[in-house]
Amino acid sequence: MKRANDPIFWALFGAGGMLAALVGAALVFVTGIAAPLGMLVSQDLMRYQRVLGFAQHWLGKAIVFAVIVLFLWHAALRIFHMLHDFGIHAGTGVKLVCFGLPLLSTIAAAYWLLGLGF
Amino acid sequence: MAESTKTIEIEVLRYRPEQDQEPFYQTYSVPFADDWSVLQGLQYIKDDLDSSLSFRWSCRMAICGSCGMMIAGVPKLGCRTFLRNYYPGKVRVGPLNHFPIERDLVVEIDDFIAKLERIKPYIIPKQPRRLDEGEYLQTPQQLEQFRQFSACINCTLCYAACPQYGLDPEFMGPGILALLHRYNADSRDGAREERMELVNAEEGVWGCTAVGYCSEVCPKQVDPANAVNQNKVNSAKDYFLRFVTPRGAGK
Amino acid sequence: MSTQTDKRRPYVRPMDGWWKKDPYFLRYMAMEATSVLVAVYAVILLVGLARLSQGEAAYNGWLAALKSPLSVAFHGLILLVFAYHTWSWFKVMPKTMPMIFLGGKKLPQAAITWTGVVVAVAVNLLVLCMLVRVQP
Repeated sequence: MKRANDPIFWALFGAGGMLAALVGAALVFVTGIAAPLGMLVSQDLMRYQRVLGFAQHWLGKAIVFAVIVLFLWHAALRIFHMLHDFGIHAGTGVKLVCFGLPLLSTIAAAYWLLGLGF
Repeated sequence: MAESTKTIEIEVLRYRPEQDQEPFYQTYSVPFADDWSVLQGLQYIKDDLDSSLSFRWSCRMAICGSCGMMIAGVPKLGCRTFLRNYYPGKVRVGPLNHFPIERDLVVEIDDFIAKLERIKPYIIPKQPRRLDEGEYLQTPQQLEQFRQFSACINCTLCYAACPQYGLDPEFMGPGILALLHRYNADSRDGAREERMELVNAEEGVWGCTAVGYCSEVCPKQVDPANAVNQNKVNSAKDYFLRFVTPRGAGK
Repeated sequence: MSTQTDKRRPYVRPMDGWWKKDPYFLRYMAMEATSVLVAVYAVILLVGLARLSQGEAAYNGWLAALKSPLSVAFHGLILLVFAYHTWSWFKVMPKTMPMIFLGGKKLPQAAITWTGVVVAVAVNLLVLCMLVRVQP
């Protein structure tokens, strides 16, 4: 029987899901509610210079990359399975969208992060 | 002192291939005593109301696994589900989901039986053992590793619960993968590598999406979801480490 | 060999709408659907990263969009979804683990779930604290 390649995507799904469970809520709250409203944190928290400095640091790059990329790969496998559960068959088109988009995003994120310099 | 008999309406999905184009529901009024199971209700129908009703049953005590059926939309054993819990409403009884209907409540489980054989559901010793070497010794903890998975009675309620099996019948399914794990987890067995090919396939553990309903409906608390999903980790390890630790090494 | 025609005609029932037919399946679909908003949030961040690399003006545009009431409300929804994700994630996690024995007794799956949820709440709070304490 043919060996399935699922482990790659499942490992990414697992890593993304775990990260989302451990830090997702806090990040959503801060970036989407607290900082924009100036609640608990200053509205200044996400100002350009500070975020740029963060993203120029190697650790900042790693964190931004991990959060964006792993969240997307987590969603990729789940959405792929959901489409199958809804009866949409796993043709090449579906696979291209579900896994191609996260792949493009991964490359784009790496490109933009590296482009910011150190 | 006579008790007044209660009557419950049992709505059964009928299908006689020689005369019916499609399945249809037929309702029967069944007088019942408080301790009657759904199976007993069906037996009353067959004995007294409609001898054409077909259904599988045997032990009447939740050990043979024959009387699996959909009761109010949930996969259950007919002998272990009680009419009193549905009274005074109607109780809808149908054949197990995700299997082709043979006749009335009888489903075709040929696929399940064929798959049972494919997983090598028997101890394949690590080394040949002579009679004079005596029996295998196992600690209670070694027994615990596989005991719950050996409780499976092949009732296939988990297959009726599993939407992935319903969507893709090539999927090995929860019960059989749990049985496969039962052997892999047994310290007496040495055939884990032989079974890995099946585990690693799309039809193996990767057909599962962790819905978990299989474990919910299992009448013996086998927890097939655990058996299957734990083997996703094993399969992933096998996938990533296969070039580092070739098959057969360290056996 | 019988000359009778085989009267067997197994009936295969369709799977359409299977997930609507039981509350268990609806909860499963809800759990799976959390991934959509996880992806949306990641895309919001990705756009932010793109804007960051385009310079201050572009980035400030993204920041301004985050301040809109619609965005804040939407993030409120995303937050609820992430909370549900955290809970459902640790409910399923014990299924992927082999038996764990502590002092000779098997660790119940609920214990793994609760430990996971407690750790997740703690880590989220830790991240929140770290961000709150960032000097202006």
